[in-house]
Amino acid sequence: MSAPAATRESRRRLSWSAAGLVLIAVFAIAVPFASPNEGRTTNFDRILEAPTSENMHWFGTDDLGRDLLVRTAEGAQVTLIVALVASLVSLVIGVGYGAIAGYAGGRTDSVMMRVVDTLYAMPFIFFVILLMVVFERNFFLMFVAIGAINWLDMARIVRGQTIALREREFVLAARLNGASGTWILARHIVPNLAGIVVVYLTLTIPQAILVESFLSFLGLGVQEPETSLGTLVSAGADHLESASWLLLIPGGLLAFLLLCFNFAGDRLRDTFDVRESR
Amino acid sequence: MTLLSVRGLTVRHGNAVVVDGVDFDVAPGEALGIVGESGSGKTQTALALLGLTPGSADVSGSIRLDGQELVGATEPVLDAVRATRIAMVFQDPLQALNPYLRIGAQLGHVLEAHGLSTGRETGERVVAMLDAVGLPDPARQVLAWPHELSGGMRQRVMIAAALIAEPAILVADEPTTALDVTVQAQILALLDRLRRDTALLLITHDLGVVAGQCERVLVMDRGRVAETGATRDVFGAPSANATRALLDAVPRLDAPGPAARDAPGLLAAEGLSVRYRARRGKALAAVKSADLELKEGETLAIVGESGSGKSTLARAILGLVSPAAGTVVYAGQALARDLVDRAGTTRRDLQLVFQDPAASLDPQMRVSSIVGEPRAIAGNPATAGEITAALADVGLDTTFLDRYAHQLSGGQAQRVAIARALIARPTVLVCDEAVAALDGTVRTTVLALLREIQARTGLAILFIAHDLAVVRQIAHRVAVMYLGEIVELAPGNELFERPRHPYTRALLDAVPPPPGEAGRPAVLPGEVPSPLSPPPGCVFHPRCRYAEDGCRAEAPARRAAGNSSVACRRAEELDLARGRA
Amino acid sequence: MSLPRYVLRRVLGAVPTLLLVVVLAFVLVRAAPGGPFDEERALPADVRANIEAAYHLDEPMWQQFLRYAGGLLRGDLGPSYRRHGESVNDLIADAFPLSAALGLLAMAAALLVGIGVGAVAALGRDGWRDRVSMTFALTGISIPVFVVAPALILVFAVQLGWLPAGWSGARGAGAWILPVTALALPQIAYIARLTRASLIDVLASPFIRAARAQGLGMGRVVRRHALKPALLPVLSYLGPALAGILTGSVVVEQIFGIPGIGQAFVRGALDRDYTLVLGVVILYATLIIGLNLLVDILYGAIDPRVRHR
Repeated sequence: MSAPAATRESRRRLSWSAAGLVLIAVFAIAVPFASPNEGRTTNFDRILEAPTSENMHWFGTDDLGRDLLVRTAEGAQVTLIVALVASLVSLVIGVGYGAIAGYAGGRTDSVMMRVVDTLYAMPFIFFVILLMVVFERNFFLMFVAIGAINWLDMARIVRGQTIALREREFVLAARLNGASGTWILARHIVPNLAGIVVVYLTLTIPQAILVESFLSFLGLGVQEPETSLGTLVSAGADHLESASWLLLIPGGLLAFLLLCFNFAGDRLRDTFDVRESR
Repeated sequence: MTLLSVRGLTVRHGNAVVVDGVDFDVAPGEALGIVGESGSGKTQTALALLGLTPGSADVSGSIRLDGQELVGATEPVLDAVRATRIAMVFQDPLQALNPYLRIGAQLGHVLEAHGLSTGRETGERVVAMLDAVGLPDPARQVLAWPHELSGGMRQRVMIAAALIAEPAILVADEPTTALDVTVQAQILALLDRLRRDTALLLITHDLGVVAGQCERVLVMDRGRVAETGATRDVFGAPSANATRALLDAVPRLDAPGPAARDAPGLLAAEGLSVRYRARRGKALAAVKSADLELKEGETLAIVGESGSGKSTLARAILGLVSPAAGTVVYAGQALARDLVDRAGTTRRDLQLVFQDPAASLDPQMRVSSIVGEPRAIAGNPATAGEITAALADVGLDTTFLDRYAHQLSGGQAQRVAIARALIARPTVLVCDEAVAALDGTVRTTVLALLREIQARTGLAILFIAHDLAVVRQIAHRVAVMYLGEIVELAPGNELFERPRHPYTRALLDAVPPPPGEAGRPAVLPGEVPSPLSPPPGCVFHPRCRYAEDGCRAEAPARRAAGNSSVACRRAEELDLARGRA
Repeated sequence: MSLPRYVLRRVLGAVPTLLLVVVLAFVLVRAAPGGPFDEERALPADVRANIEAAYHLDEPMWQQFLRYAGGLLRGDLGPSYRRHGESVNDLIADAFPLSAALGLLAMAAALLVGIGVGAVAALGRDGWRDRVSMTFALTGISIPVFVVAPALILVFAVQLGWLPAGWSGARGAGAWILPVTALALPQIAYIARLTRASLIDVLASPFIRAARAQGLGMGRVVRRHALKPALLPVLSYLGPALAGILTGSVVVEQIFGIPGIGQAFVRGALDRDYTLVLGVVILYATLIIGLNLLVDILYGAIDPRVRHR
């Protein structure tokens, strides 16, 4: 819990994954400006063209002749935004819920945690599918739904840490001196929670990316002409034999993105030595 | 003839040399003690003997057991020697037993791994061994899980596991440190009785324990051998500075402590009871109707073994746990039961110092903020000068202001915790095992600091501790607790010279005599009963050698006699002034 | 707490969860803006009323729910809204055996390979085996099923031509290899990481050092002392693993054209066949809750301390 200095090896790996993430972000933002092509412009003279240096179709074109380079960048933008917003949703709900349950303790805590246990046992992803079916692929709803899945882990971890912190002697010392609940939360609990919250945020983001791209792959998430990496992979899977780059390029980028987040999360977790408690 | 011969043993962790060229021999059946402060390399030496240093450690030199070289030996070679020739008992028996295996199976694995027995015979040998270490009803207990046993019983099981393959030498690493003093006496006696011709290498920080058990002693200091020789010679006429420092830091049970003084009462517990809810609606009485008065400027100690309720009583007085009955009176006024209902000024008048100095400081805060916090909470932030002065009062200079808790040693951290408690100018300081986690020499300086502060400011101290010798050094008066009750309360010198409750007597007798003196701790048989089902009558009667029918029938009230009081029906007729019968 | 009592408490604890799933799923479906038949060509009012009456959609909501819940208790998931004359039970019964076989194979592969790889990595910690398997595992959790599955087809079916790319027309063991692999890979990776971390943790605990001091030898120490506690986290992960495999099967069946429940589910979702989707969600939830219950009970049987909490 007290953070020992990260080893040099850990820090080196962390900076590699950070560099990878920056690279993807720069790619996603810069390419649509830099390229002469538009992501939504169809060109039926050049459909399913393999990657070529000509006209900056470096990633080739899709079945409507649209430039895959620009579409991949735009898809990455959407994927990143959905994941970040959904993770923030889960962060806010999870930290709030967990800290309240942990700090309140007693009956409040056990009721709140019973709710979490019950929700844990539910097949959320299918509920999200149900939700998307019923409410017709509502973009805002997708943020909420994905965030609603991921907050459970965060709530459990934050609650466990809060309970551990609440019983720590330095909190008792502050209480003895008349510190209010607000004082203790602000001065002692929250600063000591910050480390693991950051760690779990890095592990929540890839989960949110997975859910979003899964929904989009099934045709229940991001819709044409909007695109995300999952939507692109889904389209690519239809042209596996004739135009494999349509699958491999967005699929590869998606995997690389997830790898960077997982890699960073792993390292951070080792550094802070946090563990989920059952 | 030597059984174990160690030459030039060196253990490195990276660049740090934790054991540096250690030489010693152990003859068959001999008991050798290794003493030193934490970090002196004694545990690493023990682990090296069994080839159990962490994989990253580099071990060099020579360890010969029966002439067989163990440094650099392969794992299969070491495995053949472990348990059958050299065995080990660890400090914390709860951690050293596998929580997922019944204890009988854990012992059986040892026999089977070494091909010493199979099938039915294994079961019989395990039961016989558990019987030998004094586990009650061993035939049934082989099926017990480790968490179902008390600390003392777990350590008996560990000893059984270590001795079941009949090793030639037993390495015991702080085998009694995690145990209460009466349990320690039982375990030491058991080790003595069982090992017969097995050699013993006893590693401990407690010189008294070594003095009673070992013919020879080896003193370690910063990885090296500081001094070695016959125990009597080394402790009687130490030649190394490290030995003298260790001896000077040993608190003595027989040295007179501060005399009780007359002063007006300041803080009192009146009929204070604390109950915890236990499983299936049962109530666990942690503290039963405790009466206690702390006088201005005095140190009142509460001693007792784990589960005696001493910490709970202190916390109830502070308002950290809510009592089921009774009141706390401070400066003539009854205080609210719960901390939140107490006025800010009275809260700040009562301060607390904890056992674990590292855990009592917020790892995210600098020393200056930690020390200043009580004033900041009160809305009256301390100036930089006041914080510097508060640190100076506990012997720390301004270089500490910007440090974090993990940059402090145990003693420094405890000084910071004391400074934080004192900046609010309290009238009462509650020390809950405040020196228990500290090494001997550091403990001595912290105790001296507390006495000095008391002399300077007239602070009253409520000193919760399990270590009787430490208590004698600092306390004007002492209360002894057993199973939630105060059984005796008397001026310190009187209590230590002429205890009047049989439990107090037994507690004093269980303390090993000071190093260099003859004698052994006396064993108080049995275990503390479960507080869920306390015995009827006097709570101590099942273990009391003086108990008679009346003690079983009726619980004695604590009666005052002079300036002391005792809860024993036979207090007047018993003469307990002489111990160690 | 005795074991039977503990089991009883756990079983009773699972009932409200299941009930909540049913209620939530039902309400969600009924909360859909517009009825299930709104999209079809504008129907004459009387035809529409007839259809709604046939499906009891004219009743108040609570009555519909009671009707549905009553059906559930009898194991009846009601009629399909889209495939006239077919019941959800029929659709599920047709598809279930295939999906169950696929899922069980994937689960078995995930456990066997995952635990094996994790244990090898932990025992050879920081060695080449550890590095190779953990690089593989980190990659494994980072590539989504819907990228793995087409990629496998591309390599092994399209490029190398070793295995069939789809289900139709191809029978025999060969057709199973790619779908099972695609489904199991992420779980293998996750379980391997879990096993490794947990085994390393357990091997560092004081009771393992004590067991080694007794000369038990590394093999025996791992088998007798470390394996059981080290596998407890894997046991806890079985529920999430099943959820992952069920989720994955939706994609895998789609990609390989396997006529299982996953495919039926996606088709139902896209067709807005509410009763079918509802039925599958309830079925999946029951499977996951049931497995979680079993895991809890096993946990209590293995770790004696859990029952006392």
